[in-house]
Amino acid sequence: MIEVKDLTKHYAGLKAVDGISFTIPRGICLGLLGPNGAGKTTTVEMLEGILCPSSGTILYKGAPLGAEFRNEAGIMFQHTALQEHITVREVLKLFQQFYPHTRSLDELIEICALGEFLERDTRKLSGGQRQRLLLAIALINNPEIVFLDEPTTGLDPQSRRNLWEQVRRIKGENKTLVLTTHYMEEAYELCDEILIMDHGKIIARGIPRELLAEHYKNSILTLPADALPAGFKPDPGSSLLTRGDWVEILSKEVNTSIEHLIKHQISLTHLLVRSPTLEDLFLELTGHSLRS
Amino acid sequence: MSPHRFLALLKARNQEFLRDRTALGWNIIMPVLIVIGFAFAFGSEDQDLYKVGVQGETADNSRLETFLTTRHIQFIPVESQTDAITKVDRHQLDMLIDIPGNRYWINNSSAKGYILERLLDTSELQKESVSGKEIRYVDWVIPGVLGMNIMFSSLFGVGYVIVRYRKNGVLKRLSATPLTAFEFLLAQIVSRLLMIVAFTTLVYIGTDLLIGFRMYGSYWLLLTVLILGGLSMISVGLLIAARMTSEEAANGLLNLISWPMMLLSGVWFSLEGSHPLVQQLALALPLTHMIDAARAIMIDGLGPAEIWPQLTALTGFSVIFIWIGAKTFRWE
Repeated sequence: MIEVKDLTKHYAGLKAVDGISFTIPRGICLGLLGPNGAGKTTTVEMLEGILCPSSGTILYKGAPLGAEFRNEAGIMFQHTALQEHITVREVLKLFQQFYPHTRSLDELIEICALGEFLERDTRKLSGGQRQRLLLAIALINNPEIVFLDEPTTGLDPQSRRNLWEQVRRIKGENKTLVLTTHYMEEAYELCDEILIMDHGKIIARGIPRELLAEHYKNSILTLPADALPAGFKPDPGSSLLTRGDWVEILSKEVNTSIEHLIKHQISLTHLLVRSPTLEDLFLELTGHSLRS
Repeated sequence: MSPHRFLALLKARNQEFLRDRTALGWNIIMPVLIVIGFAFAFGSEDQDLYKVGVQGETADNSRLETFLTTRHIQFIPVESQTDAITKVDRHQLDMLIDIPGNRYWINNSSAKGYILERLLDTSELQKESVSGKEIRYVDWVIPGVLGMNIMFSSLFGVGYVIVRYRKNGVLKRLSATPLTAFEFLLAQIVSRLLMIVAFTTLVYIGTDLLIGFRMYGSYWLLLTVLILGGLSMISVGLLIAARMTSEEAANGLLNLISWPMMLLSGVWFSLEGSHPLVQQLALALPLTHMIDAARAIMIDGLGPAEIWPQLTALTGFSVIFIWIGAKTFRWE
């Protein structure tokens, strides 16, 4: 669907995006992950045709971004104000007029659950309602490809889950999705494939489950730092990471690691055994937390 | 250019404006209050000076010396007798003396003219009289106030609003649709122009009903001046908004432009007799041409043949500014 080659964007001496290449196959949901300043919004805005790349090419269905792309792409920006003093229904009607082919309003209202605030002024919407309206605008031209730039940032958990439901429904319609997010859980729930970016470069790409399996063979044990004596070493093959007041043991084999702890008479009262998440992978790859 | 997209955006912009009560207030209530305020403030005695136009040399004129040195009378040298007589006709001059011609003019309906005549030794002078109706300050100031209102409405209603749209992401959202910059800008221009014509007409009718003022010329010509004047001022707003991203900076720049316009375009007082440099500068401001043309129509009843320089200037400003504004426009 989209082919990106050697894409670069400079801002006054700073390389926001540094020569990245990838393809987006039709019908998948691609997640773009990275800490603030990693270059993911810059990348996605170049894909949307909003920003001009400093160098490199972007092809949509084999051709440069043009009128066809504008008609077939749906975009949900991270920060968008809407014209003031007009209602949700009027906004939808306005955007409908911009496109040659559109989805029916009834259908959009149903998909994005806009029914209860259809006649409300756009300034008086809650965060979740606003995101649903922006999603509806992104879908108004019945796009083939949909870009969602941090769609759930700032939403409460309930609204976030509601929006996920709507995104899953769009996925079910066989559309291609490009999603940027801060939330690993979101990427894990929604994305078929992820790209992890840092400092303008792609540092990992793949299917979330496979990426985890590739980097982690086993579980993670978490213990309070003060439970371990100074100079403690985990069992051979496992490694130790200190995270503030907590210590994480990337265990090679859980039973062996726990036996090793018991042998050293370490209290297991607060022991937590869990599977690694994308968050762990991200920390390992970038050395800093997503939200930092 | 898609009429669909243009009309949809035009409608949305009109709704946005008409539903914003504070903006409406500024556009209707302010000018009415200003005009009524002036009607009361300058209704009766506006100045305590007498104004006498003097034509010809005064230095070697001993016979009129007593009169020409009277205090509290402002003696104004005049070049053109015709213009000066018109001013006496309108009570802008209380008397005109033609020294070489041994004549003087007063307006029969002017009390000031009567008193000046009693002060003047008229033995050697021939009396001429005119009888025109007085032009009150409010008759003179109303085209200025309406013009000023149009200027603020255009500069801020187009300039500031587009910069705000750019800053808060409305433009970015629109730019991601098939909408073109041309359609967007045209909708902004047409929307504001419609509003200006509608509200100026309302304010005009309202103030005319309340205080009544002089209108000797063609209403159609006045409407033409209103549209061209509005367009030229909107185009200035467009030029400012083409690239700016900061609302604060735009606000500063708009004030920097609107205040000199308000002071130098002859809104409140005539620039006649001011420094030639100031008069030259005033000609570079679209508001000057608009107000001049409106006054020529309303007060003097002049037609297209006399105000074509102003109409040309307004058209020129509009074409040039819109062209540059559209060329340099950026969504982001």
